[in-house]
Amino acid sequence: MRRNRYVHTILIASALAMVAPFCWQLITSLKSLSSATSVPPSLLPEGRWDNYSRVFDVIPFGQQFLNTVLMAGLRTIGQVLFCSMAAYAFARLRFPGRNLLFGILLSVLMVPPQLFIIPQYQIMSSLGWLNSLQALVVPGLFSAFGVFLLRQFFLGLPKELEEAAAIDGAGPVRIYWSIVLPLARPGLVALSLLVLLWSWNDLFWPLVVNTDPGKMTLSAGLASLQGQFQTDYPVLMAGSLLASLPIIAIFTLLQRQFIQGIATSGIKG
Amino acid sequence: MNRGRAREALWGYAFIAPTGLGIAVFYLWPVLQTAYFSLTEWGAFGGHTWTGLDNYRRLADDPEVGRALVNTLTYTALGLLSIPLAIGFAVLLNRKGMRFVGLYRTLFFLPVVTMPVAIAMVWRWLYNGDYGLINYLLSLVGIDGPNWVADPATALYALVVVGVWASVGYNLIIFLAGLQAIPKEYYEAAAIDGAGGWRQFFHVTLPLLSPTAFFVSVVSVIGSLQLFDLVYVMAGSGAGARANPAFPRLQTVVQLFYERAFVTNDRGYAAAIVMMLLLLIVVLTAAQFRFQKKWVHYA
Repeated sequence: MRRNRYVHTILIASALAMVAPFCWQLITSLKSLSSATSVPPSLLPEGRWDNYSRVFDVIPFGQQFLNTVLMAGLRTIGQVLFCSMAAYAFARLRFPGRNLLFGILLSVLMVPPQLFIIPQYQIMSSLGWLNSLQALVVPGLFSAFGVFLLRQFFLGLPKELEEAAAIDGAGPVRIYWSIVLPLARPGLVALSLLVLLWSWNDLFWPLVVNTDPGKMTLSAGLASLQGQFQTDYPVLMAGSLLASLPIIAIFTLLQRQFIQGIATSGIKG
Repeated sequence: MNRGRAREALWGYAFIAPTGLGIAVFYLWPVLQTAYFSLTEWGAFGGHTWTGLDNYRRLADDPEVGRALVNTLTYTALGLLSIPLAIGFAVLLNRKGMRFVGLYRTLFFLPVVTMPVAIAMVWRWLYNGDYGLINYLLSLVGIDGPNWVADPATALYALVVVGVWASVGYNLIIFLAGLQAIPKEYYEAAAIDGAGGWRQFFHVTLPLLSPTAFFVSVVSVIGSLQLFDLVYVMAGSGAGARANPAFPRLQTVVQLFYERAFVTNDRGYAAAIVMMLLLLIVVLTAAQFRFQKKWVHYA
């Protein structure tokens, strides 16, 4: 029992270290600038909610929020659909060149994403898509990782139902849509959550393609907020809290699926 | 080939067509293009001319590239500290009769799901030399804290702390899964042989966890080598960053890539920089696979 007390002390102390920055963020976001920069600092918030409304005045926060929702949502829908289609083909259908194509896909998975960016940027630029929603969404509709993850998942599903459906005359489209997809729901949820998280938090690509404040996503918008209002910490803290809260809320609600997705795929954003 | 097989093959191609085309256009072809661009020089108006290996020679002589490499490798090496930390927490949380495991897991996992830009902003504020909470707490015990991210002596280490803080929860989840996969019989056998807690940890847990640790180490090294978001914000947001006296200690390979490709529009050189990154990742990953025989035990 004594030993358990030490264990708890260590864990509580480290859990505090994990949470303290967030608490300080919240406290600072509710202070006036003068009290945030007073020495010694007060450890209590002040109820200055106007810092939150000021975030909307200094950057088009509402528009950037919408851009982020659309980017993350459309990428997620696109990847779940396209990746599951490809994954089904790689897991279940036989066609010449299957292993070769899958090998090529795996090789893409191993390349660091920075190698795609200059040419992707040029494609966007030549299509006249810079500063548009399409620029944020389209390259993110396709993912070698998503295909790989779902293929592994599909390979683990029992084949009997599919075979029975095939004997009843169901074609690949029907089998994919009415049997494989419903069975693979946990895999699809895991992929959705990962894509949602990565898209929401992504900085490099949105920063590069959309430089018009009204077209930016939240992470790029926040970074630009810091560029302009370097020292207005209460507003910076309010903005960063508002921007990260939605994904934290989703994570807390769907924690189990999320952790399963990460523990099984083991891939990091 | 009979008609059924032919139809199945046709469906196969149809199913992979959207992703296949998308990957070819936005991923596969771009890799080849980047490799080609690294052998060219870009003019002011977007045209480019073949210059052979000039960009790579420039890389070798560029002091900023040297600094970025040293910083990135230092960050990557020190970032591995999150592995022993995560193993420690995972073992503690995995103890029999442990309560509030779900709560701890949630708290450790918060930074993993939080936007890196937001994390960087919060820590920049915590690290603030004049008004930061960290220096205030240090002043309580009589220490006069430095200007963390604006001080060349501390900037990179301050960044490592944030990186470890942000990634320990992710690694914890993986190690918890790894621990739960270890059969209880091994511990029972060890206990019968008279092994206490620490011996069980060193002779059962650690060896059986080593494949997980190897995997986490490979993934973290690849991730750390691509460090960008934290630096972009903590150095002082993009263009303003060069005013930070600690900037030479905060430059990373991907940050340099960003500047060359999208600030100074020197895209041929930028392409050479990411080719170097690719090489670095391949070499360090291969080295880890080579070296794993020395420490990874596969049951």
